[in-house]
Amino acid sequence: MTTEQLHDVRLHVNGSVHEVQVPARRLLSDALRHDCGLTGTHVGCEHGVCGACTVLVDGAPMRSCLMLAVSAVDAEITTVEGLTEDDGSLSPVQQAFSDCHGLQCGFCTPGFLTTITAGLRETPDPTEDEAREMIAGNLCRCTGYQNIVKSVLRAAEIEHERSDA
Amino acid sequence: MTTKMFGAKVPRVEDQRFLRGQGRYVDDLLTDDPRLLHSAVLRSPHAHARIVDIDVSDVLDVEGVVAVWTYDDLAGAMAEPLPLLIPHPALTHGRTQYALAKDEVNYVGEAIAFVVAVDRYVAEDAVSRIRVAYEQLTPVVGIAAARAATSAVHDDVPDNVGARMEQENGDARAAIARAPHTLTLELDVERSACTPMEGRGTVARWDPDTSRLTVWSSTQTSTGVRGCVAAKLGLDLAKVDVVTPDVGGGFGVKINHPWPEELLVPLAAMTLGKPVKFTEDRREHFISSAHERAQQHHVEVGFDDDGRVLGLNVEFWHDHGAYTPYGLIVPIITSTQLLGPYKPQNYRVAFESLYTNTVIVTPYRGAGRPQGCFVMERTMDAIAAYLGKDRTEVRSTNFIQPDEFPYEHGLVFQDGRELTYDSGDYPASLAKLKALVGWDEFEDFRAEMAAQGRRVGIGLACYVEGTGVGPYEGAHVHVETSGKVKVATGLTTQGQGHQTAFAQIVADTLGVRFEDVEITTGDTRKMPYAVGTFASRAAVMSGSAIHLAALRAKEKALRIAAEALEASEDDLEIADGVVSVRGTDASIDLGTIAVLSNPLRYAFDEASKAATQFSVGDPGKPPVAEDDEPGLEGKDFYSPPRSTFANGMHAVIVETDPDTAEIRILKYAVVHDCGHLINPMIVEGQIHGGVAQGVGGALYERMAYDESGQLLNASFMDFLMPYATEVPTSIDIDHLETPSPLNPLGIKGAGEAGVIPSAAVFAAAIEDAEGFPITSMPISPSELFELRLAHTDEPHPTTTPTTAG
Amino acid sequence: MKPAPFAYLRPSSLEEALAALAGEQGAKVLAGGQSLVPLLNMRLAAPSMLIDINALPDLGHVRVAEDGVRVGALARHAEVLASSEAERAQPLLGMALRHVAHPTIRNRGTTVGSIVHADAAAEMPMVLRLLDGSVDVASVRGRRTIPAAELFAGPLESTLAHDEVAVEAFFPGLAPDAGVAFQEIARRHGDYALVGVAAHVETDGDAVTRASLGFVSVSDVPVVVDVTHALGDPAAKALAELDPADDIHASAAYRAHLVKVLAPRVLAAATDHARSRAGEATQP
Repeated sequence: MTTEQLHDVRLHVNGSVHEVQVPARRLLSDALRHDCGLTGTHVGCEHGVCGACTVLVDGAPMRSCLMLAVSAVDAEITTVEGLTEDDGSLSPVQQAFSDCHGLQCGFCTPGFLTTITAGLRETPDPTEDEAREMIAGNLCRCTGYQNIVKSVLRAAEIEHERSDA
Repeated sequence: MTTKMFGAKVPRVEDQRFLRGQGRYVDDLLTDDPRLLHSAVLRSPHAHARIVDIDVSDVLDVEGVVAVWTYDDLAGAMAEPLPLLIPHPALTHGRTQYALAKDEVNYVGEAIAFVVAVDRYVAEDAVSRIRVAYEQLTPVVGIAAARAATSAVHDDVPDNVGARMEQENGDARAAIARAPHTLTLELDVERSACTPMEGRGTVARWDPDTSRLTVWSSTQTSTGVRGCVAAKLGLDLAKVDVVTPDVGGGFGVKINHPWPEELLVPLAAMTLGKPVKFTEDRREHFISSAHERAQQHHVEVGFDDDGRVLGLNVEFWHDHGAYTPYGLIVPIITSTQLLGPYKPQNYRVAFESLYTNTVIVTPYRGAGRPQGCFVMERTMDAIAAYLGKDRTEVRSTNFIQPDEFPYEHGLVFQDGRELTYDSGDYPASLAKLKALVGWDEFEDFRAEMAAQGRRVGIGLACYVEGTGVGPYEGAHVHVETSGKVKVATGLTTQGQGHQTAFAQIVADTLGVRFEDVEITTGDTRKMPYAVGTFASRAAVMSGSAIHLAALRAKEKALRIAAEALEASEDDLEIADGVVSVRGTDASIDLGTIAVLSNPLRYAFDEASKAATQFSVGDPGKPPVAEDDEPGLEGKDFYSPPRSTFANGMHAVIVETDPDTAEIRILKYAVVHDCGHLINPMIVEGQIHGGVAQGVGGALYERMAYDESGQLLNASFMDFLMPYATEVPTSIDIDHLETPSPLNPLGIKGAGEAGVIPSAAVFAAAIEDAEGFPITSMPISPSELFELRLAHTDEPHPTTTPTTAG
Repeated sequence: MKPAPFAYLRPSSLEEALAALAGEQGAKVLAGGQSLVPLLNMRLAAPSMLIDINALPDLGHVRVAEDGVRVGALARHAEVLASSEAERAQPLLGMALRHVAHPTIRNRGTTVGSIVHADAAAEMPMVLRLLDGSVDVASVRGRRTIPAAELFAGPLESTLAHDEVAVEAFFPGLAPDAGVAFQEIARRHGDYALVGVAAHVETDGDAVTRASLGFVSVSDVPVVVDVTHALGDPAAKALAELDPADDIHASAAYRAHLVKVLAPRVLAAATDHARSRAGEATQP
């Protein structure tokens, strides 16, 4: 078999540039995890249903398992590692998950955190129904979602508390 | 005095790393090691076939492929079948698979060849180039086919029966024959599966410099994996370390071991001299890990005018899939835990455990209890309907009463011990549940909804769960000279918050700051004696062991402190890591005690000077006394005589759409009794998760096999795990705390509870809404529609007087 | 679950993309990839080359004109859904797009891509068909417009030639005295529908002058049924032309039943919609 062609790809992730050499078929999820070393993005199904691999692409949540790394060249990508505040403290969404016990095994959590981070930008004061709708495309097998819905509402509160402070 | 940590809603310490993306799951390990190799497995596309030939000649041409194994490449113990983990005398025809199939495959997904390559992409390319010639055999799919036995899964297993087992207390058939009333029920539960978000995974590294193998596996038992790897690869146990990193959920499936890959990865790492990784993908998880739940039950019950069960005779058929690595645990649990909180006067249960050409069956959260609960609770509902009594009244009549504990059922449980309940207060639990769900007000609600053309129903279900099974767990508590406390216990963690809950126990028992305690689980280097995390046993077993070990450390600390402070041990107390003499300001911190506990020759820092040979000790005595050891440590094991029995009751109100047959959950209520709660936040989280998993199992999830043994829904597209939009919008929880007398903390297990009554409670509520019997679970709108068609001639349900109220 | 190898091209002009497509028989076009990449990951599709059109200029538009809404090949579902102008011009777009998978998928998936994927279980092919829209396609041989009625050849099969790229979909606007409605029943929120029904109704005063229904998941290709003369029992007329099938989620009988439940509901909703719009239109 012939050697597979490698592509030079510049990925912009969490404000840093990662120069990686990958074959065209390398999924963005794998490139983030294995080529950029950002293993916080998890892979749960590789067919776009579970949402564990959700990252922000130019601010919008997308499934990194349904994107090719070579196709992500022009985008600014944010992973869970990029959500913490500049001083290293937890972001409002992360803090809310800790406050509300919004996670158990932690495997699906990065996808929820990225999704909610974007969701609260669009809907800063969600109702409980809107909070549920915000997370409706992500699977969690541990929590039964009860405390994740609470975490969304708590995150909105923390955002306000911090912006008032 | 330090605030009591036990019982407090302490935020979890493990969350910090998970929330920052710094959790370390198996697939995250060694990602920066350029030598790391990846693997993929060729799996059988056929449910039942003979392997005529395997041709791997095209594989090594693929650039980046390093090695390929088939059965013929295996030697020694690796060429023997995988272990049958839990033998049982009734399992007369136990069979296990080979790490790589030898001559025959018995389910779609069975491992045939193992490829190692530079990355997973290339490994999958290589797998697709392996050519296998098969001779098709007739597949046996489903319980009906297995029972009919017109074809055999294994040639040498007559009638596809792996085991027949029977237990009886009293004479059930005679009692039924004499009973004033009798009923017969036929009940079915379909297959489902744990489906944790992280699949299986194993990484292994062989260190030729030290001749040592390190295996990281996403498992529920690191000591179990270690034993198997050492035995199969012919290594001394001391040469094998198994470390369980963060695990993305287990729910039972990861207690089975060794998986073929858990042996092949270390084998490849040793053979190739490079680290090797296997990360199971989602399709593989569906077709090559494990399932559970499928059973058919035939029930005969005799009862009196009050609904008191006089005799109960249950025969059931359990589908255990193609092999029996986990023995008879699931059907034994079904057969015993079926009894729930009730005391039938006479009980007989008999089951056959059957082979089918489908994925193996090993415990899934609840482990046979959901089926047993479904059978018993359907029976209670049937008795109530027959007698025209309130369903709660019939249950009350049959409850074991609070003054009857310990209650002996006269049966043998899954651990080989007598089935004896330790404590509980079922009438109190039921009273709480009725209040929580609004049982007595439901008929008014039903009428109100009926006036709007809406159809609602209510159901309840009760269960008892044997938790904290043996044989034992252990713990090691080490106080460092900094005063920090390092604790190791051997069982593993899959999201239960052990690092938090166990630290709460240590903080209280030892008298140290919670923040100074660090818990390690599942690392055989730190604690080589352990069993595993299953059967809701972690808090009971390791929690108790940690408590006992912390007590030992405390005893020693007090002894040394008494000497140093020249005080009586009885006058000492420990708080926040400082031992002080009551009523004085004399004190010594645990770090200093740790220094004093370890006589030194060399001072490596300022603090350690205090323990060197010219500073301490009676020159006339050995520096370490004959009955003492250096270091401030405590080690102990907890091994209870038998399981402790938690219990709970769930109720649900559902609405069934008269037009579309869609099923909506209006209210979900849980009363739960797991003894003393270590961390109520964590316990409630476990209940939430269990309920959601139960909703999935009752209304959405099933394994859809076709007749040829192909799993038609091996993806998250078609295996319908609930999203947030499918679970109850709230779960009302009330706790009862009936302590267990069997362990020092009075605790019982909580992990599995939430899922146990789901099939039962939804069947009851849907039946109540619709007015015809629900005998098979799960149920979809399509199936409810078909049932409505079948029952169109019967009177309309909403006026049925025999239900709630 | 990793894709088989393929060559990759990320052209910066449409001409370059078309030339490459014409030159490689096994090539496939990658736009949003939300249908294609799962197939690649499962190795159910193994194209020799992927032509990634995401860097092409001028294809991300959602343009609203008097006659309707033009959606470019790179407009994501979310962008179409976010366009209040498009929603005003053709309300069925928003009604249906809200049911397309989950928002995260809609952020990447394209409406045009979904249409030419030609899945009869998907909403947007049916919507295009019900509204009598069309798709503009380009190839090295030139451009042509394919009316929706001629677009769907079979299950997951469109009438685009191998060398053609869909560059734009056209959804006719809704007439002032017309109305639309959409409802679907799915197992889980965001799943493909067990049955979905859309209605397009034109009125003249109180009279319904034309009514048609579009169906999701009850046929191999998107089917539209004219029920203008079957307003009393639209489902019976429709079922004569539909072919509901058994699968693991629902029986054929249940699907047929849902058609009977949804068809009159949706027809009534669209009729109400038409009347309320006609009322608004005549107000001073």
